Parts: sequence; structure tokens; C-alpha cells
Amino acid sequence: MKFEKRAPQLRLKLEGWRSRFVLVMIISGFAALACRAFYLQAVQTDFLQAKGEARYGRVLDLPASRGSVMDRNGKPLAISTPVESIWITPDDVDEVPDAKIRILAQALGLPAEEVRQKIARKDRQFVYLKRQISPEQAAKVMALGIPGVFQQREFRRYYPAGDVMAHVVGFTGIEDNGQEGIELAEDARLAGSPGSRKVIKDRKGRVVEDVESMRPPKDGEPVTLSIDERLQFLAHRELKAAVEQAHARGGSLAIVDARTGEILALVNQPDYNPNNRTNVTGAQTRNRSVTDLFEPGSTMKPFTVAAALDSGIVTPSTMIATGQGSMQFAGWTISDTHANGTISVAQVIQKSSNIGSAKIMMQMSPERMGTLYRDLGFGTAPQTGFPGEAKGLLRPWTKWRPIEQATMSYGHGISVSLLQLARAYTVFTNDGELLPLTLMRRDAHAIGKRVITSETAVEVTRMMEMAVMPGGTAPRAQVPGYRVAGKTGTAHKAEMGGYAENKYRASFVGFGPVSHPRFIVAVMIDEPQGAKYYGGDVGAPVFSNVMGAALRMMSVPPDAPGTLNVQAPTGRSEG
Amino acid sequence: MARVNVLLLALVMLCAVGVITSQHRARKVFVELEAEQAAAKKLDEEFTQLRLEQSTWATNKRVEALASKNLGMRLPEPETTMIVTLDNRAGGAPR
Repeated sequence: MKFEKRAPQLRLKLEGWRSRFVLVMIISGFAALACRAFYLQAVQTDFLQAKGEARYGRVLDLPASRGSVMDRNGKPLAISTPVESIWITPDDVDEVPDAKIRILAQALGLPAEEVRQKIARKDRQFVYLKRQISPEQAAKVMALGIPGVFQQREFRRYYPAGDVMAHVVGFTGIEDNGQEGIELAEDARLAGSPGSRKVIKDRKGRVVEDVESMRPPKDGEPVTLSIDERLQFLAHRELKAAVEQAHARGGSLAIVDARTGEILALVNQPDYNPNNRTNVTGAQTRNRSVTDLFEPGSTMKPFTVAAALDSGIVTPSTMIATGQGSMQFAGWTISDTHANGTISVAQVIQKSSNIGSAKIMMQMSPERMGTLYRDLGFGTAPQTGFPGEAKGLLRPWTKWRPIEQATMSYGHGISVSLLQLARAYTVFTNDGELLPLTLMRRDAHAIGKRVITSETAVEVTRMMEMAVMPGGTAPRAQVPGYRVAGKTGTAHKAEMGGYAENKYRASFVGFGPVSHPRFIVAVMIDEPQGAKYYGGDVGAPVFSNVMGAALRMMSVPPDAPGTLNVQAPTGRSEG
Repeated sequence: MARVNVLLLALVMLCAVGVITSQHRARKVFVELEAEQAAAKKLDEEFTQLRLEQSTWATNKRVEALASKNLGMRLPEPETTMIVTLDNRAGGAPR
């Protein structure tokens, strides 16, 4: 045979299936590779690409800063500035030697023991060491290079005006969310929303490319209030002095623009410092002029008289018998502070006669008064957007008993907030139209709602001007050089179902200058101590000081210059 | 045919290098932009801090305290105030 000359091994006869077996193995091997490639390329491609991107791509959070709150002239009342918070992962800090912990504690200004306690919290992955420190201090801490210590950018809210603006602006919590005042009411506008961007970072950690369009952070919008910071400061100073002098429990004061309904100042006592709220109580943070109700007392009388004038029941010179200062009515006694005898309707306001106003009131139907009070905004919240606005207590007129109606004529049996009272007085400064109040700067003209005729508004204003003149209840409300008008109020505090014998609320609401009203000033002093507790003694001087200073500050020309030294300019050149 | 291919290959190589350099330049410029934006942000933050500082120094309370204590200023009394009225006939707005 041909094969016999070869080596014996080669003479082996291979069986045919073996070569085919190897071929199949190789083919199936390639097939497996192809399947795997298909699986990776087609089925798992998204997952793998994401994993790859995670090696060099990063998502950066872009924090949004909270909008600032400004007064009507753009002065900042609340500003956010960046601060750093230092946090740790306790497991990583555990190995750090004690000496270094001490340096860390020193850099943070914390006792070393506190830092050690925080590190010992093994159950947590994230523990704040100290929040809201200055960026400079944080940089020092980070320069120590301790593993497991990180910093986080946050914003801290500062209130430059401090206690002067505390009640209006309110404050935010540590998470930068509004908790009181405008910060709470306008939280949605102020807050803004954080954004993010996806980027590629190089080996050195620099951002080299944006991967996809970023979601830009939306900074909070600034909020411009109607408050004038200078008037606010003035109001705060005067109210604080008055509350201290009267040893009162508290007090409120509001200045309202008589022509636009903008609230120019809103202050309360006691107050607090919004930048340091460690021992602040609810009694201090409450914006009393908005949330607290009180019986307004005689400050309601102008409305009783206005309704009667409007209905044609009386004229300013109609005579009313008030007798010896005491009157029996439906089993109750209505009394005046002085015996006034028979006086005119105008004198009822001037002398603040309870009997007189009750007698005028009883000539009108409950429906007339009920609708008037409703139209004046009593029983409905002022809608300034401030949180916790009180609606006031006004019983429906259908359920009034005669004695109720009589006492309401001089402001008892009805509860209002100081802001509601100030709002109601806009009918006298705005030709009989009620203006809506606002805490936001009003650029458009406010639309009033007619409540009384403009003639009545003028008549009642004249009566209220008499009240601040000699012979009235509040001569101390006068402002040199200006004509002002206003009404005092003194009410016993309602307590436990009755009236407290020697606890009072003294108030004064007035406006000026009478010829072209600019400001409405409403003052309320809670529980003045001592012999003088009448609105004319406690409230009127505050009104006078605030109104006078406000008019001078805003360069309002005097409309009663008689008491002042007036000089015409001598030469044109100095004009 | 072969010459055209060589030419095209050279063109492709040239373009590839071009892409690489422009990408590199783009990244360098981008890093610069980032740095400038960071600087702008920092200035912005500094501005708010300065605004805060300014308003803290300029609070009415502080100004009033300084005026009355250090400078001995006080509000004028109505008796010592002189109101100067503008003579309209004289014409001309006050300057």
C-alpha cells in the first residue's frame, strides 16, 4: 500500500466524525461570541452606556437663592447670603486621632466633647457637625483635610432691619422655608427651585463639557412691600416709647396710605430680633395688628353717625339729649364719662358720648347697620395676604338684640383687628369709598367701593377734626402746622365672659392732613397702667408724634400753617 | 483610482486631526468660561454680602443713635422751624 512507507502513527485511520465534531465546536464557539456581542450591543447597550458615562459624567446641583424682601424704595429687609454647613460620615472619621479631633472642634468653635459624641453615632451615615458657618471658617475646617468631613452650601437669611420689621417680614426656618409673616405668605414666590446640569469632568476634576442641556436654577423672585422703611422705623420707635411709658402689655400701630390703601408701616410691641430667635415666644412673634381682635370702643362712633347722616335721619346740628351721663336701656345702663346735657350730633363725636351714639343708632334698622359694617369690612379678613388674618367678630344683624345694637354704636359687642379699623377709616379719606389694603407696593390705582356718600365723609371728617381740638376728647392728637382728624377709643378688655374692671385697650385712629389726606394712623395700646388709660391720653400723643414726623418726612406742605413761622422766599436765586 | 483614494485618505486624516484640535480648544475655552462664571457667581455673592453690610450700617436705629450721641443732633422743635413757601408768581421750579 501507498501508506505503508510512512510512520506507523500516520497510518492510523481517523474516523470521519471527529473532524466534523471539531468544526461544530468552533462554529458554536463563534456563535456564542456573536450572541454575546449581540446581547451587549443591542440588549444591554443603555445600561452599559450609562455605566460608562458614570465614570466621567457628573450631575451638579445648582442651588437657587431665595428672593430678597425689599421695602417700597428698594431697601433690603431680608437677604440670603451663602454659608457652609459641615457634615461628617461617622464611620470614616472614627480612625482620626484624638489630637486632630480637638483641632477640628477648635476650628468649628465647638467643645471637643460634642464633636466626639457626634462621631460616636454609628447608626447614622450623615451627621451635621455645625450648620451655617461663614465660608471663610468652612474653608479653614476643610483645609485640615480630615477624611469623612464634608461641606455643603446653604443659604442663610439675614434681616438688616431687625426688630423694626420683625412682624411684617417674619422669618425662615433652617431649611430656608418661610415660617412667619411675608416669608411664609410669599414663600412660593420667594423660594425658587434648584436646578441641575450634567457635565463631563476631566482627570483634574474640571468641567470640560455639558452633556445635555442643563436645568437652570430658578432663583426666587424679589418681593417689594408697600412698607416704607423710614416710616416703619418711626412708628416702631414711637410705639415702643409709648408702650414703655404706659407700662402697657403691648401695642400695635399701623400707617396706611390714605389714597392707595397701601400699608406703609405695621408695628407691634413686644417684638423680637429675627436674626437671633433663641428665646422668642409666640407672644413676641404674633403680628397683633393683624391677628388680634379687640373691641374698638368709640373709634366706631364715626360710622354710626355716618350711617345716620347718609340715611337722612340726622344732620350735624340735630340736637340729642344725653342728660346727666347715664341712661337706662332695655334693662342695661349706658353711661358717659361726663354729663354732656343736650348736644349736637357733631358734639357726640367731639365729646365721644355713648348715650348720644346709642340714641342715634336706635333710629336705624339693624339691617342698615349690619350692611354698613359688612361693607366697611368688619367680619371679613382684610385680604392683605398676611398669614393668620383675623376676620373679627360681627354677629349677623338678624340676630341682634336691641341692647347689642345700642352698644355696637360705640364699639362694644363687636371685635375687630387694628388693620380692619384702619381699612374702615379709608372711607373718610377717600370720599366715601373703601379701599382694599395691601402689603405689596401698588403700582396701579386701587379701586375703591362706595360705602357712604362723599358729603357724609366730609361732614364726619369735620366732626373728627373737632375731636382733636380743644373741647374734644383728644386735643393731644394735634399736629402743629397740619389739620388732622381722628377719634379716640377706650374699651374695657373682655375677659372670661365679662368685662375686666381695670384692664383697658386705648386706641386712636386718625388721618391727616384733612385738606388732602395722606396717611391714616391707627394706634392701639393694650392694658396701659396708671391713672391715664383713655385713648385721648395714651393713644393720641403717639398719633400726634407719628403723624407729625411722617408728614414732615414726606415733605407734605402744611395746610394749617398758622402755628408755624412762615416766610416767603426773598429772592429768586435761592429758589 | 488609487491616487484618488490616497488623496481621500489624506483628507480624512486631516479632518480627524482638525476635529481633535477643535474639540480640545473647545474644552479649553469651556473651562475658561466655567472659571469666569464661577467668578461672576462669587462676585454676586460678595455683592449680596456688601448690600447686607451696607444696610446694617445704615439702619435708621444706628444712624439715629450716632447722630444724637456722637454729633449731639436733635429734631427741630416746631417753634424753631421756619416754613418757606414758594412764591408761584416768581416762576421757575425750585432747584
